[in-house]
Amino acid sequence: MSEVAEVNSVAQPSREVAAVEVRDLRKEFVRRDKKAGRFARKRRAAIDGISFTMARGECVAILGQNGSGKSTLVRLLSTLLLHDGGSARVFGHDVFAEPRAVQKLVNRVSVEASFFKKMSAGENLHYAARFYGMAPKVTRVQIPEILSRVGFPVDRRTEPMENLSRGMQQKVALARALLTSPVLLLLDEPTTGLDPRSKLEVQQFIHEMRAKHDATILLCTHDLDEAEALADRIGILDRGELLMLEPAEDLKRRYGAETLEQAFFAATGRTFEDEAAEDDDEEREVFA
Amino acid sequence: MRAAALTMRHQLIGLGGVVERNVYLTRRYIWWDVAFMVWTIANTLTIVFIAKGIEATGGSIDVGRTTTTLLIGGVVWAYLGIIFEFLTETVAWERWEGTIEYTFMAPLSRAMHLGGSGVFAVLYGLIRATLLFIVVALFFGLSMPNANFVGALVLLLIASVSFFGIGMMTAVLPLISPEKGAQLGFVGQGMLLVVSGVYYPVSVLPGWMEWISTISPATYALRGIRAAILDGAGIAWADVWPLLVIGACSIPLGLWIFSIGERYAKKHGKLKRSG
Repeated sequence: MSEVAEVNSVAQPSREVAAVEVRDLRKEFVRRDKKAGRFARKRRAAIDGISFTMARGECVAILGQNGSGKSTLVRLLSTLLLHDGGSARVFGHDVFAEPRAVQKLVNRVSVEASFFKKMSAGENLHYAARFYGMAPKVTRVQIPEILSRVGFPVDRRTEPMENLSRGMQQKVALARALLTSPVLLLLDEPTTGLDPRSKLEVQQFIHEMRAKHDATILLCTHDLDEAEALADRIGILDRGELLMLEPAEDLKRRYGAETLEQAFFAATGRTFEDEAAEDDDEEREVFA
Repeated sequence: MRAAALTMRHQLIGLGGVVERNVYLTRRYIWWDVAFMVWTIANTLTIVFIAKGIEATGGSIDVGRTTTTLLIGGVVWAYLGIIFEFLTETVAWERWEGTIEYTFMAPLSRAMHLGGSGVFAVLYGLIRATLLFIVVALFFGLSMPNANFVGALVLLLIASVSFFGIGMMTAVLPLISPEKGAQLGFVGQGMLLVVSGVYYPVSVLPGWMEWISTISPATYALRGIRAAILDGAGIAWADVWPLLVIGACSIPLGLWIFSIGERYAKKHGKLKRSG
């Protein structure tokens, strides 16, 4: 078996099980309660008993305001948080009891590109790939190929990350995710702050991940058009609760709305612009 | 069996990745490292000049021997500082750069992750400590005709296992307190050295501190290295076995403490860039 095939074969999940299965998942954080006294503490649910299932190869978009719990959901599924109730399984593996098995299957792209800024794109990718067991002789071949596929000029791969534009950095982030061949890709506002062209390139990448790599994608976003264009189903997450999860057309039909924004407003009673209007929401933004 | 071998191979590649990253970063910050080296040399000179100072103020001492004794203390202090610094920065640097979430969601065991930092810290620390020793020894024109440098190096390497285990315990601090955790690592380093006879024999310590010195690996490292360099002594089993025992205990204990800290961070949402 070749080394590349060997690396990729480690984490091939069964086709029979659901890609993601979340049941009554709950995550709370303890925060200061200024109103109740100097030393008072209160528990706030960032994720409040949500349930959903994703089939293999499906793309689900989760819409929600800042502080709605989108990032908490992504971090729970990434094994970066421990839950307070319910369960979450990725390709049959319990996220909290079998984190190592889940980690082999998952990768993510978040709003922040997050790299060692003095290191070059190539060095950052070599470093990230080692954690997934990819040896230098594999990454020396794969990294230029993958950078080229995400539209990153390969001759710039030796430049420090701090010299690259935000759009370029996000392409390297996509390459990092692609490099480890994840079967579940978690995208946490991957196009926020990008110019229209870079945004389009990220969206093309998401299409490619589904078409060529059979990846299942959970996309958390603010961008309603992006969600409608990319996702098979759209979920609305509001104050930690998943209000519904269905195809965009069904969502609009349910509320008699012409646009997804109208449907979002009808479902939550708020618009995207209303965010952090209440104290409770401001507090949510701190941890969700 | 084959799966276990493959998993171990992947884990070792991950360990190599941490070493590789530290090589990249050291190359990028090389002039800063030179500046810190100058600071370390100046700091060590300040300590080592004390021997000449005592003589100048009327004290009766063997200046050459005392100078070498202080120099060994200064070099071991600097070496331990590098080990602790690299291990503590395993978390602190990743948080600062924002890569912490990507690293902690990767399928790499924490032993290998921290091990990578430890291996690099030992290699880098040895280079820095050797340079420091040579520069200061040349500055004072120290003559060490009987010195057993190989024995001293072997003892420092054996002690490094224990230093690494204790370093893992301090590496967890930035996970618990993103703002002040890294600085608390220096407190650990200082506590370890004050009881280990870094610039004086442990016999001058109060009884309770002298007792604590028996569980500090730096005590045996300093004693053995001084005997090797000052008297040309070989590696004494009396120095080696405590280092082996402390090393065998401190690494599992360090990993266990780190795992508790990681669990705490995952429970309270501290495993992220902003803390």
